[in-house]
Amino acid sequence: MEAIQEHTGLVYPLNRTNVDTDQIIPKQFLKRIERSGFGQFLFYHWRFDDDGNQRADFGLNNPKYENATILLAGENFGCGSSREHAPWALLDYGFRVIIAPSFADIFYNNALKNGIIPIQMDQEQLDKWMEQAEHSTLTLTVDLENQTVKNTEQQAVHFDIPAYHKEKLLNGWDEIALTLQHEDKIEEYENV
Amino acid sequence: MVQPKTIIEKIWEKHVVHEEEGKPDLLYIDLHLVHEVTSPQAFEGLRMNNRKVRRPDLTYATMDHNVPTKNRDVIKDQVSQKQMETLKKNCEENGITLADMNNPNQGIVHVIGPELGLTQPGKTIVCGDSHTSTHGAFGALAFGIGTSEVEHVLATQSLWQDRPKTLNVHVEGGLGTGVTAKDLILAIIAKYGVRFGTGHVIEFTGEAIRNLSMEGRMTVCNMSIEAGARAGLISPDEKTVDYLKGKKHVPEGEAFTELAEQWRELATDEGAVYDKTLTIDADEVEPQVTWGTNPGMGVPVSGRTPGLDEVEDVEGVERALEYMGLEEKQPISSIGIDHVFIGSCTNSRLSDLKKAAAIVQGKQVNENVRAIVVPGSFSTKLQAEKEGLDTIFKQAGFEWREAGCSMCLAMNDDIVPPGGRCASTSNRNFEGRQGNGARTHLVSPEMAAAAAIEGQFVDVRQFAGVLN
Ligand code: SF4
Repeated sequence: MEAIQEHTGLVYPLNRTNVDTDQIIPKQFLKRIERSGFGQFLFYHWRFDDDGNQRADFGLNNPKYENATILLAGENFGCGSSREHAPWALLDYGFRVIIAPSFADIFYNNALKNGIIPIQMDQEQLDKWMEQAEHSTLTLTVDLENQTVKNTEQQAVHFDIPAYHKEKLLNGWDEIALTLQHEDKIEEYENV
Repeated sequence: MVQPKTIIEKIWEKHVVHEEEGKPDLLYIDLHLVHEVTSPQAFEGLRMNNRKVRRPDLTYATMDHNVPTKNRDVIKDQVSQKQMETLKKNCEENGITLADMNNPNQGIVHVIGPELGLTQPGKTIVCGDSHTSTHGAFGALAFGIGTSEVEHVLATQSLWQDRPKTLNVHVEGGLGTGVTAKDLILAIIAKYGVRFGTGHVIEFTGEAIRNLSMEGRMTVCNMSIEAGARAGLISPDEKTVDYLKGKKHVPEGEAFTELAEQWRELATDEGAVYDKTLTIDADEVEPQVTWGTNPGMGVPVSGRTPGLDEVEDVEGVERALEYMGLEEKQPISSIGIDHVFIGSCTNSRLSDLKKAAAIVQGKQVNENVRAIVVPGSFSTKLQAEKEGLDTIFKQAGFEWREAGCSMCLAMNDDIVPPGGRCASTSNRNFEGRQGNGARTHLVSPEMAAAAAIEGQFVDVRQFAGVLN
C-alpha cells in the first residue's frame, strides 16, 4: 500500500446517497483475477449507455472533472457487497480521498486497506463544497497528519479518523506483516 | 454476581488474541469460507510475499457466483472459466478443501456452510461476501470481509476488528399465515432504513424469532447487511441444536452432547444490556414488495409507491421511480412482471422451495413470465427432487436449474434483460443488480410464486396452498 500524508486535488461532486458497490463497479467486471485495471469500469452504467457511449448527463464525463482525485458523495457511501473491486476501481481511476457524511462499514475498511482516505464530514460542510464543486471548481488539500481538509481560501476543517488507521495510512504499512509480529500470540491461542 | 452478557460479547471475548489500548482487537477466526470472485487477488498477494495459508483446515472453498446453472460441461465465458480454474489451483496449492462445480457439496457458500455443519454456534466466521451474516442464524459471529482481509485471514487466521456496538432487534408477537421471515426482515428495513445497523452487530430476539425455523432465521440474518449492520445473529436454542445434529462436520455421540451444552450457554443472559434496542410487532407485518432501488424501499403488497410530496429524499425517490419505470403513488397490485427468480442465499433452501411449490402446484406460469428456480445447493436440489418439487415446478412452467448464485447478481448467463421486471427472492434490488437496466422487486418465495402465476403482484394470502 502506498503511504499517503497529504493530498491536494480537484473535487468531483457525486451528489447521491446510498451509492452502492454495484454502481461503483458492476458485477460483469469482477471476473478479472488481478487487482489492477478496474478504473475503466468505475460507475460504468452511469458513465456509459448501452452502446458504450459516454452519457453527457453524468458529471464525471464533464471535462472539467477530468483530473479529479477527491470524491464527494452522500450518506452511506459504498453500501452493498464486500467487493474490494470498488476501492480498486476508485483508486485505479485516480481517486485518493472520498468525503461523505457516512460510509458503509465494509467499504470503509476496504478503502483504508488500499490507501484511500475515507473522510467522514458533516452534511452542512459537505453541501457547501458540493455546491462549489458543482457550480465552479473546487480544489481541496487533505492533511492526514493534522486531520484537516482545506480549501484554497485556507479554511481548515477538522476530521476524525481512528489513530490506528491513520498511522497505517501515513506509513503505508503492510497489515499482515504487522499482525505477524503477534504470531506467538496466535500460536498460543491455537494451542489452548 | 457475574455481569450478564450478550452472545455478541461472549463470542468476542473468547476470540481475542491480542488487545491494546487505542487499537482494534485481533480476533481469531474459526472458519473462513472462500469463493471464486473475491479470492484470486488474495492468493496472489500471498504468493508475492512468500506467505502460506496458516490453517487450510479452517478454510473451505466453493464455486457459486459465476457457475452456470445449466449445461455445466460447457462454460462459454472464458473469463469466468479462468476465475474458477484459478480457485481450483489455489486450493490445490494450499491444501484447501474445495467443493467445485461437480462436487456434491457445491452450492452457494451461505447455504452449504450450515448444511455441512461447518457453521456452528459460537464460531467466528468470515467470507469475502457481505451476506456472510447468514451464518449468524446459528449464533455464530459471522461477517463479510474484503479481499485484503481475505488475504489477511489466509495468512494469519485472524483479523483486526473494532469492538462492535450491540443492537437488539426485538420482534414481538407472531407472523400470520403467508407472512414469512423475508417479509419480516423487509418490513424492518423499510421501517428503519438501510443504515440503522451501521457499526453494530444485531441480535434478533423475541417470540417471533424463536418461532422461526432455522431456514427462516437464516433469511433474517442474511439481510442484516442490508440494514448496514456488520453482522446479525440469533442466540442458539434447541432448534439450532436439532438442526446441526448429524451434519457432516458436527461431532457425534458424547462429543456432540458436550458441544451442545456449550452452545446453549452462549445464549444472551437474562438482563444483558445492548447499546440500542428496536422493537417490532410481527402481528402487523404483511407480505412485502420493494418498489425501489434499495432494500429499504419496500411496502406491504396492499400499499403503493410513495408520493413525492410525502418523502424527504425527493431526488432519491424520483430517481428510483424513474429507474423502476413506476409512477408515484402507484399501487403495488398494478405492477406487472415478466421474470420470476426463486433462489439466492436468502431464499433457496428446501423449505423455501416447498412453500413456493405449494403455491404453483397444478397451476401455470403466466404466459408473459419467464420463471426460474435455482436451488441453493446441490444437496438441496437433490432433496427437492426426491420430494418431487422439480416436477411440480416444471409442470407449472418453471425452469429447474443447478445450484448457484445465478440471477441474484447475474454474473453468469441468468440475466434479466434491460427494462425487464423481476419478482425476486434475493436480497438486493440495486440498479442493474440482475442485469443492466433490470428492475428488481424483492419478495418472499410465496409471493414470487404467486406473481409468476398471475403475472403481477398479488397478496399470496388469497392463494390456495399457502403453507404455514
Ligand atoms: S446468492 Fe446473491 S447475495 Fe448470496 S452470495 Fe450469491 S450473489 Fe451474494
